[in-house]
Amino acid sequence: MLRVLPWAYLALALAFIYLPVAVLVLFSFQGGALPVPPFDGPSGQWYAEVLSDEDLVGALWRSVAVAAGSAALAVALGFGAALGLARHVLPGALAVRALLIAPLTVSYLIVGLGLLILFQRLGLGPSLWAVGVGHVVINLPLAFAILYAAMGAEQERAEQAARDLGAGEAQVIVLVTLPMLAPALLAAFFLSVTLSWDEFIIAFLLSRFDVTLPVEIWSLLRSGLSPRLNAIGSVVFLVSVAAVLLVEALLLRRRRA
Amino acid sequence: MSAPGAVALTGIAHRFGGATALTGVDLGIAAGEYVTLLGPSGCGKTTLLNVLGGFLRPDAGSVRIGAEDVTDRPAARRPTATVFQDYALFPHMTLAENVAFGLRMAGMGRGARRARAEEMLALVGLGGLGANRPHMLSGGQRQRVALARALAVQPAVLLLDEPLGALDLKLRRAMQDELKTIHRQLGTTFVHVTHDQEEAMAIADRIVVMNAGQIEDDGPPERVYRKPATLFAAGFMGEMNRIPGEAQGGKLETAFGVVPADGAGRHVLCLRPEAVGPGRTGLQIGPAKVRDAAFFGTYIRAHLEPRAAPGLILVAHLPPGPVPTEGAEMDLGADMSDLNIYREP
Repeated sequence: MLRVLPWAYLALALAFIYLPVAVLVLFSFQGGALPVPPFDGPSGQWYAEVLSDEDLVGALWRSVAVAAGSAALAVALGFGAALGLARHVLPGALAVRALLIAPLTVSYLIVGLGLLILFQRLGLGPSLWAVGVGHVVINLPLAFAILYAAMGAEQERAEQAARDLGAGEAQVIVLVTLPMLAPALLAAFFLSVTLSWDEFIIAFLLSRFDVTLPVEIWSLLRSGLSPRLNAIGSVVFLVSVAAVLLVEALLLRRRRA
Repeated sequence: MSAPGAVALTGIAHRFGGATALTGVDLGIAAGEYVTLLGPSGCGKTTLLNVLGGFLRPDAGSVRIGAEDVTDRPAARRPTATVFQDYALFPHMTLAENVAFGLRMAGMGRGARRARAEEMLALVGLGGLGANRPHMLSGGQRQRVALARALAVQPAVLLLDEPLGALDLKLRRAMQDELKTIHRQLGTTFVHVTHDQEEAMAIADRIVVMNAGQIEDDGPPERVYRKPATLFAAGFMGEMNRIPGEAQGGKLETAFGVVPADGAGRHVLCLRPEAVGPGRTGLQIGPAKVRDAAFFGTYIRAHLEPRAAPGLILVAHLPPGPVPTEGAEMDLGADMSDLNIYREP
């Protein structure tokens, strides 16, 4: 009896976490028009419907563009900041590092509102670009933290060795720093992609007509439940899982090396 | 001093924040010499190597290599190459790419680079392994790759920063011999930083003993060992018996009699353990009681308490033979030529 308890607890905990996802995915294959039991599928009709819906597919591509673009920019900026702070003695480096990481503690709502007010003042208004900027703001601290942690002493010595052998600063970065950091760069990129991909509140506040997928889903939700939503949700989930698995693979490989 | 591998450091001084690392160091190295910078950690030997390699701009002083003043030149544009303590290999490159890196930077073509890399790998005993990656190698092999990589650019001066520190004793000995062989083969100037005085004696033409940012002694290993310039150098080069005494009027008075000495005041008479033994004439230590003794293969190491100086324990390396029993007495002496006298700091 006592030996069963821990396993029962584990099963319960896992069910608590994964059951909603499993139900979501299951009823995306529902045959009827309502995503409630009994299950009468499987049927691919809702996926077909979703993929032929121009609004949804448009939102999906916008989400992909925002996620990839904001992640790339966040990683590029984070790399620059990490390289500067890890390799040079700068006045107030500690404060700069703290300020770079601090946005992690600010809620997305505050970031979104702040940016909305700023863009309104500047006369720019909400747009897909504004959403991208918002996602750079939330992803930059993360990218910086991951890259800064990866720029250890071992890497610094290799860079020094490259300089000693006649490499210029640009050659050091291209031939040594970036290749050695490749796993961390990719991890930071895909983690940023994941966070941007299903981010709602900033995207909601900073977009108007050209919305991203989470905002589009939210507006669909207002017209009631449908297996279509389950199908979209499953697609979103699949993309996130793929990105997270990539991150884990990259970080774990680095640890073993 | 204009041969390409000749080095002249003049008045090198450097501080890290509030800590003094080097205080006005002057050092000349002839082309083709094998010099070790020896000292405890924090003595400034690695700082001096970094100044020479161009990784650190000294607060004061000048660095000349060959006929040129290179003080203001970064590492990339100096005729030096460094073998780092932790190897600092490029993990994402093959061994051949590692070794060829400097040649690539110098603009050598791919084919010539590959041939030269293979040649250098063969020189350090890793011929045919060029396609491997650094993580597949042992520590000793990695160090060889680091050596090949530094030598591939044909530096005028090769800098070695505690290159054997991470290797086990047996491998260290083998690498010492190999470094010496390679040095003889190439004729390049080698400057080797170490804190191991045995390593320094094993490989160097010349030992520079450093302490607290200054040079304490500088000379061939045998001279630095037998007649160290300072008390610090004497203590750092090996085990030492220190016998206190008072100098006055050209003589030093100790518990074991009077020996000629200059100066006045408190002095220390230093004796290497192998200089102490029965049947030596010169300094008469007299009867001493054996506290303990152990067999070390080529000698017997014993702690002895001389009757003339109760409380003073002498260490002696006695010739191999029957190990003396505890409490036994022997009549000790030391040759005058083995004595070194220093003012007590």
